[in-house]
Amino acid sequence: MSYYNFLLEPISCHAWNKDRTQIAICPNNHEVHIYKKEGGDKWSKIHELKEHNGQVTGIDWAPESNRIVTCGTDRNAYVWTLKGNVWRPTLVLLRINRAARCVKWSPKENKFAVGSGSRLISICYFEQENDWWVCKHIKKPIRSTVLSLDWHPNNVLLAAGSCDFKCRIFSAYIKEVEEKPSPTPWGSKMPFGELMFESSGTDGWVHSICFSGSGGRVAWVSHDSTVAVATGSKNTVISSLRSETLPLLGVTFITENSLVAAGHDCYPMLYVYDEGKGTITFGGKLDIPKQNAQRGMTARERFQNLDKKASSETEKATLESVHKNSISQISILEGDKSKCRKFCTTGMDGGMTIWDVKTLESSMKDLKII
Amino acid sequence: MAKNTLSSRFRKVDIDEYDENKFVDEQEEAAEQQGPDEAEVDSLIRQYPLREQERAQGIVLKVLTSFRSSEIEQAVKSLDKNSVDLLMKYIYKGFEKPSDNSSAILLQWHEKAFAVGGLGSIVRVLTARKTV
Repeated sequence: MSYYNFLLEPISCHAWNKDRTQIAICPNNHEVHIYKKEGGDKWSKIHELKEHNGQVTGIDWAPESNRIVTCGTDRNAYVWTLKGNVWRPTLVLLRINRAARCVKWSPKENKFAVGSGSRLISICYFEQENDWWVCKHIKKPIRSTVLSLDWHPNNVLLAAGSCDFKCRIFSAYIKEVEEKPSPTPWGSKMPFGELMFESSGTDGWVHSICFSGSGGRVAWVSHDSTVAVATGSKNTVISSLRSETLPLLGVTFITENSLVAAGHDCYPMLYVYDEGKGTITFGGKLDIPKQNAQRGMTARERFQNLDKKASSETEKATLESVHKNSISQISILEGDKSKCRKFCTTGMDGGMTIWDVKTLESSMKDLKII
Repeated sequence: MAKNTLSSRFRKVDIDEYDENKFVDEQEEAAEQQGPDEAEVDSLIRQYPLREQERAQGIVLKVLTSFRSSEIEQAVKSLDKNSVDLLMKYIYKGFEKPSDNSSAILLQWHEKAFAVGGLGSIVRVLTARKTV
């Protein structure tokens, strides 16, 4: 895996372009910086997108149409298009009176969803006649800030995790831009705003949510240190695992049965879902700590330790993981949610790490990604 | 648990008062404020009888303090995951009202329960919506 430190401040959010040569990050301020990969391990800043008046909380880069959508605490969202060598913003009226928290392009890139502190989701699509972006709101029954969003592959269903401790799946069907969707395991009637699924049983804000590659499963992590997966069907069953770690902040499927999640413990971990048994099991810690040379302690150091810390242990108080602070976002770099080859994590230490699934599998014994 | 030391005066500001569209929305908001409040409060009190909770806490505290130090580890090992979380909740509840000899034994319980439940079990004490 390779680690690159962009800056000393947390990276609020990041997004990759289609061929993964450029990354757009928010360096914990009102701007978005786009870095381009120069050979080896070097990154150079090529663009600065300055339009927001508040911290940028969400960035998503549409791979096919090459548009970037950003949303921020200034209650606005902008769609950026590349004209020549400059990114030009277009304001999108979200009609919210609290900060926007997350944004995601739909798979077909004809609409995007914004979750906000106004306790609603804005689904925005482009209206050709008036040449601007309009939005529709999904309000009921959301009772608190929407923290995370993920689209189903059919471009209609949207999963939302919010601070009212629930994960929900809504229909975001916009008749102006698409055909009626065919039935899915989550339901067959999908008018706009219809609640297809609502979770129960976990306490804690839902920090991150992810559909599986096929869309038949949804996984979420919440602030009470649990990971949960639900498989869509007539009687949807929710399986959850209470972990011994600190709360997780990001989760993604890397195969139909395996999840990678990371959070305040600063390292990614693997979870395996077994639909037959309805269980989630901890698959292992995905961080290879560097083997530092163990220097022996001199007698003087031992006494000094005893004097200062009242212990003569040789344990260091530093983190052994690659990231030195919480990981806030995970994204898939190579492959897709059903077969991921590489994924990327960014965190509050301002660093970005790229993890290779094959390398992890071969270097950690007992790690099986099914 | 720890009170923040920065100024929290901003929390007293009603941000909706300063919203640009406020005037248009004012009539709608007035209509929403009516409605039965007393009935709601009454039903909530009936659902979570405080006296029952306190009795249960007292009993659990008695049981925990009656254990010998050597038996604690075995007892914790015999619990399943949900029970370890429940145990943690009672331990912290016991910390809140310290009596003469409870803190010492509770700390031993805490150490053993932490070894099994990890930081996650403590996080679940903090985020639990159903308190004990």
